[in-house]
Formats: sequence, structure tokens, C-alpha cells
Amino acid sequence: MAGFNKVVNSYEEAMAGLEDGMTVVAGGFGLCGIPENLINQIKTMGTKDLTIVSNNCGVDGFGLGVLLEDRQVKKMVSSYVGENALFMQQLLAGELEVVLTPQGTLAEKMRAGGAGIPAFFTATGYGTPVAEGKEVREFNGRKCILEESITGDFAIVKGWKADRYGNVIYRHTAQNFNPMAATAGKITVVEVEEIVEPGELDPAHIHTPGIYVNRVILGTFEKRIEQRTVRK
Amino acid sequence: MALTREQIAIRVARELKDGYYVNLGIGIPTLVANYVPEGIDVMLQSENGLLGMGPFPTEDEIDADMINAGKQTVTAATGASIFSSAESFAMIRGGHVDLTVLGAFEVDIEGNIASYMIPGKLIKGMGGAMDLVAGADNIIVTMTHASKHGESKLLTKCTLPLTGAGCIKKVLTDLAFIEIENGTFILKERAPGVSVEEIVSKTEGKMIVPDHVPEMVF
Repeated sequence: MAGFNKVVNSYEEAMAGLEDGMTVVAGGFGLCGIPENLINQIKTMGTKDLTIVSNNCGVDGFGLGVLLEDRQVKKMVSSYVGENALFMQQLLAGELEVVLTPQGTLAEKMRAGGAGIPAFFTATGYGTPVAEGKEVREFNGRKCILEESITGDFAIVKGWKADRYGNVIYRHTAQNFNPMAATAGKITVVEVEEIVEPGELDPAHIHTPGIYVNRVILGTFEKRIEQRTVRK
Repeated sequence: MALTREQIAIRVARELKDGYYVNLGIGIPTLVANYVPEGIDVMLQSENGLLGMGPFPTEDEIDADMINAGKQTVTAATGASIFSSAESFAMIRGGHVDLTVLGAFEVDIEGNIASYMIPGKLIKGMGGAMDLVAGADNIIVTMTHASKHGESKLLTKCTLPLTGAGCIKKVLTDLAFIEIENGTFILKERAPGVSVEEIVSKTEGKMIVPDHVPEMVF
């Protein structure tokens, strides 16, 4: 079954083939469940003119924010980018393009992209700036806009555990966009906290089946917390 | 007196029903969770992928993998479920959430809402707000009635880019509880000690004022 072994042993190998101008779909919500080492590898590689599809763009100095430091990002497709001063600076200077996309539409664009559905109609965004230039049709009395799905040259994903065949499970709310991102990459790379033998994960509990996954790498994670809130 | 943030949350909480699945936006809406009436069970949906949000963790319980849509560390309540963003927005866009509470900059008599962008100022993004207003039937908008300079935020037509078109039916401001129907505001309740005249003077859009407008009681 060596043909199903997805494990790679270095981050160079994990991101091999990434080139200037490519589209990268990334999992994560805020700083939760982000593929932090794969992002750092893209920074190390210095790949430019990237289109990044991710709900957020990290913060200054962590997560996707590090790719802004050397101006590696040409375009961001995100629902919320408010936590990042460098992002705002580059956006206002016209050095960075952003396509603000409603969060549910973004998730669905990834899901549809991975599922081979080129576009879908949704009521979300009708009558708003998001609808500009998009086809409108009425279904059951509701006006809907046509949204095109998204795929990437690469998808970068943060899992909790994977087996060597690339079956992945996520931990708590670090799941978020990761399962959809995993389906939407021509090459999908998953970094995880633990790699186990096939059969160790309950087949009924797999979130991302290995068919979507090309490469698995074992990482260690900082897991920075954005808003540390506690009860007394 | 205008309602405090807490009073706004208390008034919204009176709209909760036993067994409701509820999505609370960031800011005042989040406070509603503190005032769920006795004997009522609600389950809070957090759009990053958690149904059944619990209280903030203790220091010992903090887990970077367990956050809410405001990116705050939280816990899962008993009976919670955790899922992907696509699943989460299937709940929202599919109309499965019983009540959504969110803030706004402006609403108008057509039920339009502007809440995510002020052109020329920092552009942050809509997050899940467009999905929430388009997907939910039962939405309560919480907002201040007028700006600090006294300019009405309840308008004939929103001036800011819209978050959603024709989707808002209930608005709770610091001065009044207002419904929107057939292209007009309808004044339903007023904050304690706030006169109908004051509310009318601070409402730019057309508003029906019934003969009797009850005062909210706290």
C-alpha cells in the first residue's frame, strides 16, 4: 500500500511545486487551526504574486500576516481582514487587492470547488456591493446571486491527527475552513500534530478522507491565542 | 433615559424561547447570553463551527483550539456539536437558526441594513453578517438610535453599503423597540422615561406611532 503513503519528511518537500502567481486555499479561522508551518515555509520560499483564499489574513507577524512582510501576496479572498495593520497599509497603498467575500459564501465556494460544482446561487449578498456584476435570479420569491466556486493550485490545511494514507481528523473549532480547503487544492498539503498508522483512526470519525490529500507532514505548533478570555 | 448596553441585552433576551438556537453577533448581542430568562434553554451558535457555546474557560481549561466567532477562547456546553464552516453556514443560510441578533450602523424603512463598511474608513469585511441577515427569518438588530451628533440611524434609505436588502423586521435601539413592515417603521415600545417626541425627532424614516406606546420595564 506504499502508493497511499502521503507522508513527507520536510517542509521543503511539503510545499514543493509552489510557484509565483499561484492560488493557495488555506484553512483556519482567525489564528485557530491555521497551517502555521506551511505558511512559514511559503515565506521561506519567497514565492510572489500569490492569491490567498482564507477567511482571515492572520495578524502582524503571525499566520498569513508574515507573507505580507515581503509582499508575497497579490490578492486576498477573505471575509474579514480587520486584525492586521500591515494588511490595511498595503491595501490603502494599492499594493494588495482584496476580494471581500461573505463567510458562508467563502466556505461554500471552497466546498463547491472541491466538489466539482462550478457555481451556485445564494441569497447572501444580494443588493450589496458583493452582488456587483453578478447574475441575479429569483428562486421561490427570493433574489439570489450567482457565485463562482474556488479551487487552488495548492491547499494548505491544519489537522490534528492523520494516518499515513492522509485520512485527517480536526480538533475542536480548529476544524473551521480546513475540511473545505482540503478538497479544493490541486495539491493538498496537511500538517498535523500526530501521524498514526492506517486503522488507528475510526473510519467513521474521519473528517477529511485521504483521497483529497496529497501530502501529510508532522509539525509542532505555537497555536497563538487571539483573544484570551477566561471566567473568574 | 436611554437604555444601557445591559438593558438592551435584557430586552432582547425576552424574545428568547425555550429550545431556540440563537446566533449572537459581536458586541452588545454577545451580552444577551448573560440574561437568558429562568427556565429557558437556548443553544448558542457560533459561526466558526460550534453549536452549544459554553462560558469562557477557567485558566486551566483554556484551549487554543476552542474559540468562538469573536476569536475568544470559550468552552462547549453540554450537548454541543462542532463542525466545519460549510456546515455552520448551512445552518445559517438554510434558515435553521431560530433567532439572530446583530449590530448595525444604519437600517431603513425597507428593512435594509448597513453594518460592515464605512467607505473611506478602515475596511475590515463582513465576516458572516451577510449570510446571517440573508439566511435568518427572525433577526433583531441592536444599535444606537442616533449618532453622537444626533443624526438618525433609522433612515428612509441607508447611505452606507448594504449588508443585506429587505431582511430586517425588528430593531432595538437605546431609545425604542421598532418593527419594520410595508416600508415603514412602527414604534412598539419606548425606553423608560424617553418620550415619543424624542424618538420621532431622532427617526428620519417614516414611522407609524400608535396612540399608546408602552414603556419598557426593567
